[in-house]
Amino acid sequence: MLQTQTIRTGPFYVRLTTDIASLYDGITQLYSSILVNREEDFFDFHVKLMRPKSLRRWIRPQVSFLFDGKAPFKPLPLDQALPMFEWGLNWCISNHIHTHLISHAAVIEKDGKAVIMPGAPGSGKSTLCAGLMLSGYRLLTDELATIDPNDLLLTSLCRPVNLKNQSIELIKKAFPEAIFSKTVKDTAKGTVSLLKPSDLSFQECGDRAKAVAIVFPKYEKGEKCRLEKLDKGHAFMQLAEQSFNYSLLGERGFDILSRLIESCDCYSLSYGTLDESIAQIERVITDSAER
Amino acid sequence: MNLVSKVLSDPETVAMFSPADWDLLVRQGRRSVLLGRIYWLLNEHDLLETVPEYANRHLLSSFRIYEKLRLSARYEIFELFKLFESLDVPLVLLKGGAYISACSNAGEGRLFSDLDILVPEEKISEVERHLTLNGWYSPCSDAYDQRYYRQWMHEIPPLQHVKRKVVLDIHHNILPRTGKISVDSNKLLNGAVLAEERLGWALSEKDRILHSAAHLFHDGELDHGLRDLSDLDLLVREFSAEEDFWESLLARSVELNLQRPLFYALRYTNEILNTPVPEEVLKVSKAGSPGKIMTFVMDALFLRALAPDHPSCDDRWTGLARWMLFIRSHWLRMPPLQLAQHLARKGYKRWTMRNNIT
Repeated sequence: MLQTQTIRTGPFYVRLTTDIASLYDGITQLYSSILVNREEDFFDFHVKLMRPKSLRRWIRPQVSFLFDGKAPFKPLPLDQALPMFEWGLNWCISNHIHTHLISHAAVIEKDGKAVIMPGAPGSGKSTLCAGLMLSGYRLLTDELATIDPNDLLLTSLCRPVNLKNQSIELIKKAFPEAIFSKTVKDTAKGTVSLLKPSDLSFQECGDRAKAVAIVFPKYEKGEKCRLEKLDKGHAFMQLAEQSFNYSLLGERGFDILSRLIESCDCYSLSYGTLDESIAQIERVITDSAER
Repeated sequence: MNLVSKVLSDPETVAMFSPADWDLLVRQGRRSVLLGRIYWLLNEHDLLETVPEYANRHLLSSFRIYEKLRLSARYEIFELFKLFESLDVPLVLLKGGAYISACSNAGEGRLFSDLDILVPEEKISEVERHLTLNGWYSPCSDAYDQRYYRQWMHEIPPLQHVKRKVVLDIHHNILPRTGKISVDSNKLLNGAVLAEERLGWALSEKDRILHSAAHLFHDGELDHGLRDLSDLDLLVREFSAEEDFWESLLARSVELNLQRPLFYALRYTNEILNTPVPEEVLKVSKAGSPGKIMTFVMDALFLRALAPDHPSCDDRWTGLARWMLFIRSHWLRMPPLQLAQHLARKGYKRWTMRNNIT
């Protein structure tokens, strides 16, 4: 049976149609506060996740992701439908929105001050982001930092945090009240589970925030926590590298990024435990107030 | 309902759009790679203020992609220009590259991937050699494909730049050697004009129209049919103000043996995009028509296939129409026996590849 759901993620309306009941339920659980009733209207992205009509419907069943009827990716095993929706929606946004600079980074906020945490895979940015959110910070985004070229404000997309492998157990243990999707094994990124945004994050989902700091996290097992100032040139290059449309935007991209870097404190943070790193981010925010 | 054609032919119509209309326009426009052009057109008509923020972000994003492509294309053209200057061969740009270099409206908001150039046939090997010494190579390593291009086609296998990944199509003519229509490419080269930005040459204005028509109606596989039709529309609108334009365009089509494509071009731009073509000219261009019955058939095919490739524009015959035009494009490329051999060969290769037989 076909079911539809409209998600309002920041400025975007996403129309999801699916014949997979577990996906529908998963979306309803994770996005509960930003589901809207909307018919005969504008939608930024029309997305369909369907079981293929071929034999693969029955034998080792699969799921296809369709963006307005076209499949940008190969099908995945059926139980990966929910992560596939998340990855697919990231693809939709990062490939089709160039009015903003979009960087591969998590953004959290407290007291009107946002911190951008760019991260290569394995840097632990999602884990840190989840820990911060569950300690009372507002989550804006876990993957796509969306920067307005005019006022440099960051958009809140308020989508689930994508946790992988050991991070899942770590967060579950530290925050037993956290709400997770079903865990999916053997994906391209290993074991994956999606963490529902906090109520605070949902409540202020429409509000944009101003960045005061950019922190490049790096998880190093067993290491002592080290927060170091990063010179702005390096920060610029690293964030440019983590941006989806920096080069596409050309001179504009350079301009946005230099103004952003100029207005923020830049740090590198290596950490071995979650508690310590949360304390360091707290420090980053307080320090920025004293400036 | 085809909203893209509606907006291209009458931009003012967006003032009446409902949110659901914008939704459909963005989807159809994305499929026909025309979102960036729609943004440009609405800006030209001072209509951007009537575009709601939610739709504008999609139009503007596509326009940003176009700006990036234009910047890269200019850079490539500049690099090629230096190289060709040292060879003493004129750099004659075709299609997208020419529109950008010659500052034609048809270049505005146009998304494209490859650069196309026209080189005198006797200079092809010299040009190819020099390009390969300067970072370009042919990614096509299949011996049959190499032979297919070199013996039968109007271009050599595409070259790609090792570092910048841009693809360059080098043509010595605008239609295949083995095709139903043959064009004297020397006439095209002799008529070429220095492009506005002085980096290279473009075909003369009329030849640009005729080439675009020949490409769309006699060569292409119509995957960007409406985009190409919109190019034709913009070229005609831009150049037709000139005195004697229509007479000389018709005369040039006879000279180049391109009456048939011109007939289609004028008929369908006028029909689909409301391109202003005088009644009289439409009548005279019928000299190039394939006859009443075939025109009726072609209408049934082209009016469907030149709509955005989106379910909202399809009727029950659209799939068939696209398929028949695909067959036609091959039919026009080579004689029947050769076509049969070519398809058999391609089919066999696909089969062996699928089954991993080497």
